[in-house]
This record gives sequence, structure tokens and C-alpha cells, in this order.
Amino acid sequence: MTNGLKLRWNYGKWKDTFNMKDVLRIAAIGSVDDGKSTLIGRLLYETKSLPADKVEDLIRASKRRGFESPDFSLLTDGLVAEREQGITIDVAHVYFQTPHRKFIVADTPGHEQYTRNMVTGASSSSAALILVDARNGSLLQTYRHFFISHILDLSTIVVCVNKMDLVGYRETPFRTITDELSSFAVRLGFPKAKLIFIPLSASLGDNITTPSRNISWYTGKPLLEILETIPISAERNTLPFRFQVQHVLRSKLPAFHDYRGYAGKISSGTICVGDTVTVLPAQYTSVVTGIDVAGKRVESAQAGESISLQLSMEVDLGRGDMLVKENNMPTIARSVEARLCWLTDRPAKLRSRYVLQHGVRRIRARLDRVKSVIHPESLEEANTSETLAMNDIGDVTLTAAQEVFYDPFARNKANGAFILIDEVTNDTAAVGVFIS
Amino acid sequence: MEYLKELEYEAIYVIREVAAQFENAAILFSGGKDSITIAHLARKAFFPASIPFPLVHVDTGHNFPEVMEFRDAFANELDARLVVGSVQEAIDSGDLMEQKGKYASRNMLQTPALLKTIERFGFDACIGGGRRDEEKSRAKERFFSVRNDFGQWDVKRQRPELFDMLNGKIHKGENIRAFPISNWTELDVWNYIKQEQLALPSLYYSHMRPTFERDGLIWPVSDFVRLVPGEIVRPRRVRFRTVGDMSCSAAMESGASNIDEILYEIENAQTSERGARIDDKWSEAAMELRKVEGYF
Repeated sequence: MTNGLKLRWNYGKWKDTFNMKDVLRIAAIGSVDDGKSTLIGRLLYETKSLPADKVEDLIRASKRRGFESPDFSLLTDGLVAEREQGITIDVAHVYFQTPHRKFIVADTPGHEQYTRNMVTGASSSSAALILVDARNGSLLQTYRHFFISHILDLSTIVVCVNKMDLVGYRETPFRTITDELSSFAVRLGFPKAKLIFIPLSASLGDNITTPSRNISWYTGKPLLEILETIPISAERNTLPFRFQVQHVLRSKLPAFHDYRGYAGKISSGTICVGDTVTVLPAQYTSVVTGIDVAGKRVESAQAGESISLQLSMEVDLGRGDMLVKENNMPTIARSVEARLCWLTDRPAKLRSRYVLQHGVRRIRARLDRVKSVIHPESLEEANTSETLAMNDIGDVTLTAAQEVFYDPFARNKANGAFILIDEVTNDTAAVGVFIS
Repeated sequence: MEYLKELEYEAIYVIREVAAQFENAAILFSGGKDSITIAHLARKAFFPASIPFPLVHVDTGHNFPEVMEFRDAFANELDARLVVGSVQEAIDSGDLMEQKGKYASRNMLQTPALLKTIERFGFDACIGGGRRDEEKSRAKERFFSVRNDFGQWDVKRQRPELFDMLNGKIHKGENIRAFPISNWTELDVWNYIKQEQLALPSLYYSHMRPTFERDGLIWPVSDFVRLVPGEIVRPRRVRFRTVGDMSCSAAMESGASNIDEILYEIENAQTSERGARIDDKWSEAAMELRKVEGYF
């Protein structure tokens, strides 16, 4: 009952703290059985993000499976098949907050077979937790996930050396893994400053929210504190303006008789009323005469906002067309170099046609060349392949039926990625990033 | 960017993708807070154009009368077409059979009625208010979730979803369930309702109602649930945290009579949002099993 609580409760104040918090999107990745789901469950538990009935459900479900203490992985392994086998098949998204920050966590599967689901979780995150079992060290899947995180340009990677209790909390196994993955990061070109290592035990709770007394040789912060202080980048606003038209709005209301709004989400940069924009592919210019953000008139808008724009001239402008500013054009080309991660069991075939979806724009594209397939651990490039099999990472040349307006992914994530759709199955066959 | 704004932009983006990628989409509208939020977001996504989707309600015939009244007024105000799929009609025509016993509920009959409605109107996409934080199998959902021509969800073959690119390409007969507020929590929804000053059915707020206790939950008294000997009817001050029909939604004791008090209550709650959903308690995997068969 909430009687008598009214006096202490101030909505305005609460809303301010609630809304001022920033959001960190994290993916838990790494090989099978390295403890991703257990770590996420432990984080939820220790941050008191679980209501009492969920804790009871957890204890009941754990007992039913013969566990005396709660099996935290049951919190995110929500599917029947997952609970049956004790594995994660698909990404679960969970939400929690601390006084400092809100978190959206993607708990991803470690099985090679389900790499596509790991990629799904990682692509929407800005930081990754790579779990490594202290007993086994880095495995092929560990390297593969690290590599994929690097391709997707995750800003921070926290390597969680887990199950420290099972190696007697000794420092040596931790150091071995630190050395292995540090040298891998150097070979990848992943910046050292964005790589953090922490020894922990997810199942026993060492170094999760408080420093562990069992691991006194570790002088760094516990995991939660690391997560609360990872910087979140806001660089999308300072990049050149990129806006794809999602949908054209026309109104039947008499007051909006001539209204034509170009609806879409700003990929990067900012736009103001009065700005001159160039329309691609037509390459003519027009002036922004109005901006609506979620039904409200505004003078300017920034990256990430779902807006609708009005232009000074009646122009031919439809879904997938792009607005940019004339002094800051993207690369315009039909033949593009890209790095692909192949996600489906139907292998890529040379000279096959796919639907290339770049943002919301779909065009036909042909796979003209597989330049190399890159081994996820040695990073050696094999140059003889004519195909990409499921989970292969490779560099390719694609030729599109029309020009693509893109930026290299390394310079602009929001305008630098695409997917390939297999027209036979309609499945999403690959994710790609434009290289140059 | 403010958290709630980020969620709002994401939801509007997904709703606009549905409009752009499909020919005949609909909003699944139960009259609950999540579908009201969806309809409001759709209004913002297309303003000043009107919402290009009808509202689809699967009427179990066991609804709370307050919700039905609200539904009609809401559709009217929104100037949206209301499509009703009726469980009662399907029972009368012999397509479905009423469950028996003290736990008889029409919740399981909702799915076949929904699938029939989708087929009858040829909807290729249905927008739902499902959220990942509600329930453990919903935590596995994509923004665009493909259903085969039997309406089923194949959890092992979900399409990868990369960055914000949504692949809604389907074969004839398949359809998509789209979940624009996937990343919203219960608290986010209430905070948004407060900010946007959205009206809700009265049963979300504290009120007196005849109730009885069963299996540790407070059930509303209605014509649709048979009391068994020993169950005592007693008026209680309650509100509903989620709204299904009268045979599957339990109430919670609460004096929270406005949104501020509800926000406070949720922040300090000892039970989860769906903790009073009788339909989730049938088994550990009750929601997943319903979803596999075509529930949203």
C-alpha cells in the first residue's frame, strides 16, 4: 500500500534524476560455458534489480533442476530449449539501473552455431564484456567474438576472467589470459586504452559490485564500478549530416493541405531550419523550411532524433533517398569494398545477387569478389576462397545496381554499415561494413 | 540525449518502418497501457498525417467493462478504424471450445481468434506493445519477429537484427510482429504516460472492488470466474498492474490513485509487473508456449 508516502515523494525531482541518467548498452560475449548468463544474473541480483517474486521463481526453478544455490543463468536463459540444455541460444535483453546510470544488457550465446545472435546483441551495444574461463584461457570463440566486436567498433571491451574460484584465485592464469588477449588486441589494432581486464567469479560474486577479498592482488575496480564509468561517446553529432528518408508524410487535414514531410531518423550530424541540403541521388539542392520532432515544431535537430523535414522546393524525394550538406558529401560509388560477417547457413556464392540494405535503402548488389577470408584467431588472410561459409569473416567487392551513398564505417558508424538479404529465403545473410 | 527521448525516437523509427515496409499493417490494441502508448507513438510518428493502421482488438467476451468503454472512446478520438476479432463468435460457430473447471479462461482462445483475424483481413504486419523486460521469453524478441503461415514463432531461427536495420521481407502467408517499445521498462512506460498526459482505463488506479483470494492472488469477482466453496468475496482497495481479461488478471492491493503514486509504487515494488498474471502461472514456460502458437 502506498498510503502516507505522498509527502516524501517528489515526482519532479525523481524524474530529473531518472531522465538525466545516461544509458550504456553492453553485450556479454565469449565462448560457451564461460558464464555470461550467470554474470548477468549475478549483476541483476547484486544491484537489487530483481523483485522478490522473480527471486522466488529463480530459487524454485533452480531446485527443480537439482541446484541447491540459485542458478543465475536461469534469469536470462528464458526459453524451454535453453533451460533444458543449460545453454543460451538467442539474445536476451535485460534492463537495470544504478544511481549513476541505466543499462541495457544483451546476453548473447557463445555457441558458434548461434554467432548471428551474438552479432545481433553486439551491434546494438557500445561496450562488450568478454567472458573467459580462467581454467581454459582464450578459445577460438573468444578470439572470434573479440574480432567481431572490433569490426563492429565497440568502444570498450572489458575482459572478465571468470571462475577465479576454480583456479584458487591465483594470479598466474589471469596474467596468461591478459597477455594472450593484449597481444591479440595489438595485432587487431584495438586501442589498449579501451581494453580492461578484471578477475572475478560470477557464481560466487567476487569483484562484481564490491572488491573481492579473495583476489587481493587485483587493485582495479569491481565490475559494476567499471561499467558505471565507461565513457559514452556523443560524437555522432559532430559528424557530417546524413539523413535517409524513411517515409513521406502527406496530410488530409485542411490546415495541412500542402504538407509534405520527409520522415526519418538523423543518422549523424545536425540540421537547422534554413540549411541548404543536397538530395541524393538526384544531386539538386533545396532549403529546409521546417522540422518536426515527434509532432512538435523545432528549429534544429540532431543525430538519433526521429524527425520530419519540409523542403522549399517540390522535389522528387522518396524512401531511401539521402539528404546531406553540399560541402560534406559521402562517398558515392557503385562498386564498394566491404568486410562481411556471413550469418546464414547458405554460403555466399560469387556472382550471386543479394539485396543490399544500407540503413533503410534497399538496392540489388552482386558479390563480385571474395578477396580474403580472415581466420579469427591468427588473423591470417586466405586469398583463395570463392565463398564465405556461415560465421566466416572476409573482405569482398560488391557491385550495386545503383550508387551507394556511404561513409567508411571507421569514420561514421551510422552511415557505414549494411546488411545483405538472401532473396530466396528472405533471411538476413550477412552484416557488412564499408572499408574505404 | 535524455533516456526517454532516446526510447521515443527508437519506437517512432520502428513504427515508421512498419508503415514503409508493409502494405497492410495493424496495431494490436488491448486497451492496456502499452498498446495505448503504442497508439500515441504512432500518432506522433505520422503527424500531421493520420495513423495508417487500424486498431485490432481480440475480444474474449470476458473483458473488463471499463476497458471496452475506453477502447471505443479512444479509437473514436484517434479517428482510427477498429477491427474486432471475437472469441465468442468463434465459440458460437464451433471453431473454438470453452475451457472447463475453476481455472477456465479464454486467454488460450485468444490466439486462434487473433490468427483468424490476421488471416481474414490479410494483415502482413501487426504492431504489438510487448516489452522485453516483461517476461523471460519476451526478452528474446526482435523488433521484427517473423511468424510462419501458421502464425508460429520459431525461436531457434530468428533473423539477426543488425544495428537499426530491420529486415521485414517475408513470403506470402507469413507475417511480422513488430515491437517498437521492446526496450522500454514498466517504469519507462509510466514515466512517458505521465509526461505525455495520456488517459488510461480507470482500473490502473486504486479503486474499491469485490474480490476473492485464490492461490495467493487477488482475483476480481466477475460472471466469468466460478467461485469454489471456501472462497470468500470481500471488497478491497486495489488496482491492476497489467490488464488482460477478467479471468486472467489478478489485482494488487494499492492506494495509488495517480501516476506519481504509481511511479513510486513501482520503484519500490517487491513483485514484478506480471507477478499477478494468472495466465503466466500455468507453467514455467507459459508465455513461450503461447507465443510459439501465435500469441504476441
